[in-house]
Amino acid sequence: MTFAEPDPPQEPLRVSILSQGSYLIASIHTALNDSQLTRFQRDLIDRIGRDRARGVVIDVAALDVLDSFGSRTLRDIARAGRLRGAVTVIVGIAPDLALSMVRLGLDLDLPTALDLEEGLAHLAAATGAGVVGGAAAAGTVPR
Amino acid sequence: MTTSTTSDGRSATGEADDGQLLLPELVAHLRENRTALRREWANRITDADLLTSMTPQEVFSEATSVYDNYVGVLETGSVEALQDYARDLSERIIPRGVETEEVVGIVLLLRDVLARSLFEKYHQDFGLLNRVLDAYEPAANRIANTVAVSFVQERERVIRQQQEAIRELSTPVLQVRERLLILPIIGVLDGQRAQQLTEQLLGGIRRHRAKVVVVDVTGVPEVDAAVANHLVQTVDASRLMGAGVIITGLSSEIAQTLVRIGVDLTKMNTVGDLQGGIEEAERLLGFKVTRPTDDLR
Repeated sequence: MTFAEPDPPQEPLRVSILSQGSYLIASIHTALNDSQLTRFQRDLIDRIGRDRARGVVIDVAALDVLDSFGSRTLRDIARAGRLRGAVTVIVGIAPDLALSMVRLGLDLDLPTALDLEEGLAHLAAATGAGVVGGAAAAGTVPR
Repeated sequence: MTTSTTSDGRSATGEADDGQLLLPELVAHLRENRTALRREWANRITDADLLTSMTPQEVFSEATSVYDNYVGVLETGSVEALQDYARDLSERIIPRGVETEEVVGIVLLLRDVLARSLFEKYHQDFGLLNRVLDAYEPAANRIANTVAVSFVQERERVIRQQQEAIRELSTPVLQVRERLLILPIIGVLDGQRAQQLTEQLLGGIRRHRAKVVVVDVTGVPEVDAAVANHLVQTVDASRLMGAGVIITGLSSEIAQTLVRIGVDLTKMNTVGDLQGGIEEAERLLGFKVTRPTDDLR
C-alpha cells in the first residue's frame, strides 16, 4: 500500500475540486498566479473526463481580483469542458470583483450565479436533471 | 497668557500700559458687573429681534453661559473651552432654525455691550480707556470669530450628515417577492449617487439573494452619458453576480438622449413602466399572480 506524497507544507491548498453526484465543485481559495491557473485548468478538465461530470461549478467567492488572464482561463475551462460534455457555471463573484471586472471590460461570457446553491440549481436546469436544492424556478437569468 | 493678579491701584493710576496687566482688571470688572451686563445683553438681543425662536428664559440662560465663557476666554486667552461650548450651543440651536447672522449678531452685541460698559467706566481717563480697548478689542474679535466659525462648522457638519441621510434614503432597495428586488430612483442621478446606487444594488443582490432586480427610473429627470454608462456597467456587474436587471420607466426624453449619445442599451432588459417590469420579473422567476374569480369568492 502506497501513500501519496503529502503536499509540501509551504504550499497551502489553493484550489479544491470535489465531486458531487454528476457535478464537480471547484473552489478557488486564494488568488492564483498564471501558472497555478493553468494547472487548475488542466486538472479540472482532466477531472471532467475522469469523473464523467455533466456540470461544473467554479466558486470564486474568495477572489477579490480577476485579471484578463484569469477570466480568459475561466472561459477556456468552460469551452473545453463543454467539449467534454460538462456545463460550467461561475458562482460567488463578489460585488467589488463584479464591478472591477466590468470596469476593466472583462466579459466572462459565461453563465454566472450568486452562490453554490444557485449554481447547482442552474446546472440542474441546464442539464435537465432534477433540481438539487435551490429555488424551483432555477437557471440563470435570461439576457 | 498669564493671569496676573488684579491690582486696582496700579491700573487706576494709569501706570500699566500693557494688555497683559489690563486684561485681568477688565475681567474683574466684567465679573463684578456680571448680573447687570448680561441682563443688558439679553435685553439687547430681544430688542434686536434676534433668537426669536427661543424663549426669553432660554435666551437669558444661554446668555449667561456665553457671558461666563466670554470672560473666561478674556482671562485665560484660551478659546478651546469656548469652542467646545459654541459647538455644543450650535448643536442645540441649529435644529431650531437659528441663522448664522443671528449668532454673529448676538456675539457682536455682547462685544458692544461690554465695550460700552468700559467706556462708562474709563471715560474720565481717555488714555487709559484707549489702552483698555487695545487689550480688549483683539480678544473680543478672536472670541467673535471663534463663535461664528464654530457655528458655521457645526452647521456644515449637520448639512453633511443630512446629505448622507438623504443619499442613504434616496436609493432604497426593497424586496417585493422572494428573490425579486426593486430600486426606485427619484431625483437627479449624479456621479456620486450613481456610484451609491451600484453599491446598494450589488450589496442588495447578495444580501437578499436576488435573482431579478427592477430598477425604476421614472423619477429621474435626466441622465448624461457618464451616468448611463455607469448604469450599463452596474447591469453587467449584477449579471456577473447572477442577477438580471430590468430597467423601467425610461422617460421619452431620456430614451432619446440615450439613443442620441449612443449608449449601447441593447444588452439591457427594459420595460416601459414599473408595473410591466414587475410582471416581467415575476414571469422570469416563475411567479404567477392570479385574481380570485367571482365564483370562487
